[in-house]
Amino acid sequence: MSSTAIEINSKRGIWDGGNEPLKASYGKLMMWFFLLSDIFTFAAFLITYGAIRVSYPGFEGHVADFASSNEYWPIPEMIFNAIPFVHGVHAPLVFVGLMTFILIMSSVFMVLAVEAGHRNDRADVTKWLLWTILGGVTFLGCQAWEWSHFIHGTDGGTLMTYVNTFGKTVSEMVYGANLHVNEYGPAPFAQLFFFITGFHGFHVTIGVVLLFLAFYQAAVGIYERRGHYEMVEKIGLYWHFVDLVWVFVFTFFYLV
Amino acid sequence: MSAHQNHSTLEVLPRNKAKIKKIWKTALILLVITAIEFLLAFTMERGMLLFAIFIGLTIVKAGYIMMEFMHLKEESKVLFWSIMLPLITLMWLLIALFKEGADIFMYRW
Repeated sequence: MSSTAIEINSKRGIWDGGNEPLKASYGKLMMWFFLLSDIFTFAAFLITYGAIRVSYPGFEGHVADFASSNEYWPIPEMIFNAIPFVHGVHAPLVFVGLMTFILIMSSVFMVLAVEAGHRNDRADVTKWLLWTILGGVTFLGCQAWEWSHFIHGTDGGTLMTYVNTFGKTVSEMVYGANLHVNEYGPAPFAQLFFFITGFHGFHVTIGVVLLFLAFYQAAVGIYERRGHYEMVEKIGLYWHFVDLVWVFVFTFFYLV
Repeated sequence: MSAHQNHSTLEVLPRNKAKIKKIWKTALILLVITAIEFLLAFTMERGMLLFAIFIGLTIVKAGYIMMEFMHLKEESKVLFWSIMLPLITLMWLLIALFKEGADIFMYRW
């Protein structure tokens, strides 16, 4: 990597400098510790979800008999059951399963790009990065649809008694969701949905921008002139992290 | 450095077949675990046992992503533990806040 070689005397003490105790470059280390702090943020979000969820009663009775109410926490598979282009079909968790598949595959393409980077193979790096970007953009598109559907709600809606924005208790039909009331369950359900999947989607968006940057720089040969493809590796770490978070969001939000 | 400002092409190494095969194998494992989660979501009774299985499988998946895809396993021991130790302490936050949530439930209902 560097053109200057530092002669390392084996007798040199550990405090004399020239050591590399973590055996990783500065950029990679900083990416790891940034990710660690980001894991804390997401962990705080997800654990908050768990804490608020257990503070509400669950739905008693059969899953098939489930009806939305703000008295108890909803069963996710009965809420996230819609797929695009097919209206009114009960397809529990199918769409979110597809999203999970897309993001995992995108992560696989990313690790293949990193592997190609280790071999200095410009053609392979650009090819796999393009596949990774495709996966990321598709995921974002899916999430936009998911949000749109969640906000607009179902045909039927739910009759709910709640305190409205003017502080008055009202009983009315509620369609879709906002931060104040939603047809699926207690208000925190939609609030947490927006915050957690929104924050994750924001990370995916940043990831796509970074990936595009890496793709461009790899394609025009900047990394080749630089002599290494470490930037692909660092952005790869970030992209895997985004996938890692989704694995947890998927479990906590859609399965439990 | 300016003396080397040429368009020297790096030597492209051949594809590492074993490594690429391992990547696809990890991908397959991740997808199979997700498929199992799906299967369980629709076949098992909802309850603490199922949730525990889900969280266990999620941690397995997270382990594969961090160790195989992010190559954390191949980093030096110091780096490995300086990432892993803070994550292990998160378990306490999880337990503490779940207890807190359960207590709020008792208080409210």
